[in-house]
Amino acid sequence: MTDMTLRQWLLTDAPTSRRHARLASFYKGWLSLRSNSMAMFGLGILVVLVLAAALAPLLAPHDPFAQDLSNRLQPLGSEGHILGTDSLGRDILSRLIYGARITLYIVALVALIAPVAGLLVGTVAGYAGGWVDIVMMRITDIFLAFPRLVLALAFVAALGAGIENAVLAISLTAWPPYARMARAETLTIRSSDYINAVRLQGAGPIRIITKHIWPLCISSLIVRVTLDMAGIILAAAGLGFLGLGAQPPSPEWGAMISEGRRFILDHWWVATVPGLAIFTVSLAFNLLGDGLRDVLDPKEGGQ
Amino acid sequence: MAATDTQTKGRVRAPLAPWLKGTATTLLSICVTMLGLLFVTFIIGRVMPIDPVLAIVGERASQSTYDAVFLELGLDKPLLVQFGYYIWDVLHGDFGDSLLNARPVSEDIARVFPATMELATLGVLVGIFLGVPLGVIAAVRRGSWIDQIARVVALVGYSMPIFWLGLMGLLVFYGILGWVGGPGRLDIFYDDIVPARTGMILIDAALARDWDVFRNAFSHIVLPASLLGYYSLAYISRMTRSFMLEQLSSEYVTTARVKGLSERQVIWGHAFKNIRVQLITVIALSYANLLEGSVLTEIIFSWPGIGSYITTALLSADMNAVLGGTVVVGLIFICLNIFSDLLYRVFDPRSK
Repeated sequence: MTDMTLRQWLLTDAPTSRRHARLASFYKGWLSLRSNSMAMFGLGILVVLVLAAALAPLLAPHDPFAQDLSNRLQPLGSEGHILGTDSLGRDILSRLIYGARITLYIVALVALIAPVAGLLVGTVAGYAGGWVDIVMMRITDIFLAFPRLVLALAFVAALGAGIENAVLAISLTAWPPYARMARAETLTIRSSDYINAVRLQGAGPIRIITKHIWPLCISSLIVRVTLDMAGIILAAAGLGFLGLGAQPPSPEWGAMISEGRRFILDHWWVATVPGLAIFTVSLAFNLLGDGLRDVLDPKEGGQ
Repeated sequence: MAATDTQTKGRVRAPLAPWLKGTATTLLSICVTMLGLLFVTFIIGRVMPIDPVLAIVGERASQSTYDAVFLELGLDKPLLVQFGYYIWDVLHGDFGDSLLNARPVSEDIARVFPATMELATLGVLVGIFLGVPLGVIAAVRRGSWIDQIARVVALVGYSMPIFWLGLMGLLVFYGILGWVGGPGRLDIFYDDIVPARTGMILIDAALARDWDVFRNAFSHIVLPASLLGYYSLAYISRMTRSFMLEQLSSEYVTTARVKGLSERQVIWGHAFKNIRVQLITVIALSYANLLEGSVLTEIIFSWPGIGSYITTALLSADMNAVLGGTVVVGLIFICLNIFSDLLYRVFDPRSK
């Protein structure tokens, strides 16, 4: 099959199977996303981030933990250390590259926990209705009413500092918006004819929720998750900066800023470089999220 | 107005009833939400790995002292009863004593809170005065260079770690250019000159007519306040823009233009008038967010507000202080949310 025919096969108006239709709509979405240059820019940055994290041992010029006190606080562009060294003589570039792993780890965990928890709560509340709905939504509102960072601080205080606890704390504060969204979607889907048809065929509530309601909530959920990623990265970095997330000597970007803070006036690059990394990655998520929203959820588009 | 409404429906009902019901529901949900807030902080305090008795009596206290304090704190009672005590205390403004300085947490919070409020208020003012016009212009000149700039400003605001931007601001404007005062609220030289009446130094200095102190305080607050202002600007300008776009595309705007009204009257007299209520809710929300955003900013600028207070307490495991601070920030957060919700209901005729 040549490239041309594959393209035609994907762009057909008359799909021959369910899989064909799914691939075709996916391809069309990809085409319209591809035409959005800012979104592609964001996606490019994220691909670079993933590659950097995956190939860290190959890419990093030095061991991120190797201290060299005779070589401490070297400026940008010094020999062997393109981005300079920190207060213990560790190569900042290598630490950045290894730090990408921690960032991705946090983002992936939160992206797994929070939306799934929100989806579960939201769809069950929306589908069950009645007092289940009232109780679950009240709980959601309570968590929504909390200031996020302060709640995360209190949780970390109770659980102890560390990456896993930071992830848990961020997830605990991040799920309510997903629950609200999933509930709203469920309420509109629940009363539609095809759900009634499925129910008449004898499908139970669990089957209806997992097979017929969840798939329809996914696309708006993906958009929301992508847009939230920036906030999650910033929250994780903030906790790291306060010394409540990743612990030294871990090369977490927020913690690196916190280390560099002491030398900010004389050795500015130590804190500046990891900050730029955080900024770039969360910008990338924001750009990609905007693009995805235009493709998957045209109603919500800001344009 | 309500009377005519009911008459047009053909049935005479007590006009106050729906309003009363709405208020009752709101009040009930406020109570439930606040109860939930207290419950969460209570649970956090209980699952803490720190023994509250040991924290008070110290490691070397005798068993009898330990037991006495254990009973005094009510730790022998069932959890639900303890929760009841906790609510009772909080309702009386009692968050327990700080383990660090043995003073009541509520006194400490009352002392540090004005600093945060001063900072957040100034920040939100910056956000309003720059963000609203920027959003309106971006909507009116949609697609122009100014719209693009507004977009970039907002995007950067959503993506930049606030503590890092604060550090960079300090580096450039304090370290290199020397335009602003450094961390802290005042230079040491100016400490304790003006009497603390409101706890907000700018106001205190103005009341005492001590303009040297005022100038010094201003040079210290201007950087953190603009920083917070930038974040609320990003949010406010985006929301203003989308509200305005919605209004500008509606038919009454076209009618107004056809009538021959000047563009200025159409924009400010018609369209902007209709988004005021929505804007106030957005501003209340961004004020609430600023109170939270100030946690990291206060650390960077050594600002002695509630954010610094909570974090310092956290690092020294002073749990009463952490939870007290969390409850206060949470309560204010909830109140601002409710306030914006109420405003919306009172001023938006459609929601009646």
